[in-house]
Amino acid sequence: MSVAPVAAPSRAETPIVVEATKEPRRFTLGSLPLNLALILLTIIWVVPTLGLLVSSFRPGFLISRTGWWTALAPPFQFTLQNYSDVLQTNNLFTSFINSLTIAIPATVMPIAIASFAAYAFAWMRFPLRNWLFLLLVGLLAVPLQMTLIPVLSLFKSLGLSGNFFGVWIAHTAYGLPFAIYLLRNFFGALPGDLFESAQIDGAGPVTMFFRLVLPLSVPALASLAIFQFLWTWNDLLVALVYLGSAPQFAPMTVTIANLVNSLGSGYELLTAAAFISMALPLVVFLALQRYFVRGMTAGAVKG
Amino acid sequence: MSLDWIPYLIGAVVGVPAALILYIIGADWLIRRLPDRLQPRLRPWVWVVPALILVAALLIYPMIATAWISLLSKDGTRFVGLANFGSVLTDNSVLIAIRNNIYWLVFYTGLVLVFGLILAVLADRVPYEGPVKSLIFMPMAISFVAAGVIWRFMFSYQPPGQPQTGTLNAIWTSVFQQSPVAWLIDHRVNNFALIFAAVWVWTGFAMVITSAALKGIPPELLEAARVDGATELQVFFRVTVPLLAPTLTVIGTTLVIFALKAFDLVYVMTGGFYDTDVMARRMYGEMFNNQNFGTSAAIAMLLLLAVVPVLIFNLRRFQFQEAIR
Repeated sequence: MSVAPVAAPSRAETPIVVEATKEPRRFTLGSLPLNLALILLTIIWVVPTLGLLVSSFRPGFLISRTGWWTALAPPFQFTLQNYSDVLQTNNLFTSFINSLTIAIPATVMPIAIASFAAYAFAWMRFPLRNWLFLLLVGLLAVPLQMTLIPVLSLFKSLGLSGNFFGVWIAHTAYGLPFAIYLLRNFFGALPGDLFESAQIDGAGPVTMFFRLVLPLSVPALASLAIFQFLWTWNDLLVALVYLGSAPQFAPMTVTIANLVNSLGSGYELLTAAAFISMALPLVVFLALQRYFVRGMTAGAVKG
Repeated sequence: MSLDWIPYLIGAVVGVPAALILYIIGADWLIRRLPDRLQPRLRPWVWVVPALILVAALLIYPMIATAWISLLSKDGTRFVGLANFGSVLTDNSVLIAIRNNIYWLVFYTGLVLVFGLILAVLADRVPYEGPVKSLIFMPMAISFVAAGVIWRFMFSYQPPGQPQTGTLNAIWTSVFQQSPVAWLIDHRVNNFALIFAAVWVWTGFAMVITSAALKGIPPELLEAARVDGATELQVFFRVTVPLLAPTLTVIGTTLVIFALKAFDLVYVMTGGFYDTDVMARRMYGEMFNNQNFGTSAAIAMLLLLAVVPVLIFNLRRFQFQEAIR
């Protein structure tokens, strides 16, 4: 649309009379409202986060008295006090470590297990293969709520609830249908000739998996890893159910949810706490945006 | 986390993948010693069994068990038939939760699709498309808990006469000269306040996918319509939107599933009070606060029932995709 006239002159044979007469009109009438609308919407989308960020650096007595936007004009009164308070007094540092402790294994284990299964689903023939895969596709839509009560009592009887084991296992199993689905589609799209020539060279399935499939699938594995990491980092429900109320294991989402209950409108601590929990996902987002968007958009169907 | 967890952490991150690799290599070594005819029959199962065991134990078996528990009494000792469903569906507070889920289903899904479509189309026409899309997508990176804190702060309320520290009430009282609204407590608006927070998070998701589909539309189609005298609005509604319909449907199914499972935002922002409860939050409440597994499982079953149409749609779509592969 708006890109077309830029490209048109390079193609000498393209008659551009129609575009040339239309283009100026669209620029004068269409562009200003269009730009204003887009910028307005973008501002609406950014302001909530910006307000939180600015507030987290404001002294508590000001947060409860004046709006965050007043901080943008002199006198500038900013402080790191909220961050040091919330890290020291509210277990937030422990929770940060707990979130990492939950999210790293909960990313590595499902991807490891899923990649083996996905390879079989993509490149091996066996009875029930299509039915089993259809089952996994169906499970993508099933609400986790359907599993909570029996899994919790299973974990309780095995001593796996109230500590990290249960959360690790739960995240691993819950992550499998989507991980297998995504990897199987990616593995299956690899060119079949590669496998044939490797087979002629005498490579078995194990060699092909480690030497061919995994190296060629790094982009898919990266997208999946980022998706799964953020999914588990941001999870509240699984942690609430399987960790219970033990504060020494609580990840940041649980600790902040508890802070909201206990502090109510004690926003100076809440804003700092929320921003600490957002920092890592935002860094991942900014650094690995392409993989990130691919993983999130492919993966948000997950149950 | 205390330090005694470090060995387990290493075990999970290094030990589990290493054990899996050894298992695959060892099993394959054994299989290669079997008769040629058996090898291809056995080998696939070696590769899928670890995943299948976990899926069976933590997804399939619990689903069946939940269906059974929903037919049992509160403590799980007596069979009560459909009594739990009867008590759930006549409980006014559950009916409010179901009504709220319908609000979520309609308004959350609709608004995310509309905002995503508008933003994708607008951003497609400006040179600063990349930065705009990054900023809109950013909320997808953060947790709903953080989003809940952000929006509690946006919606925060002070009594009339006092300076409003919440962004929304500040605009509402100064620009529109209205008296402040307790957005999260006032029954007329609080569900929509929660829904809008979710819309804010998910719009970027719809926008990115819609935008990718938009760029796949051949420009000649749009030009042809313009040459025939169609206005920009006509081109949008008669050409662009119909061409995007399959993509919007797929995004819609994802949003519908999420709308039914909405939990975190409600849990953090209102705790389900002030008539804002939803089924997933209620199910959790029945499970932990009331210790009533029977009704809790019954609510979970209702959620599953609501998801079934989407599930069937997904399966059909998957089979169609497989057929054209």
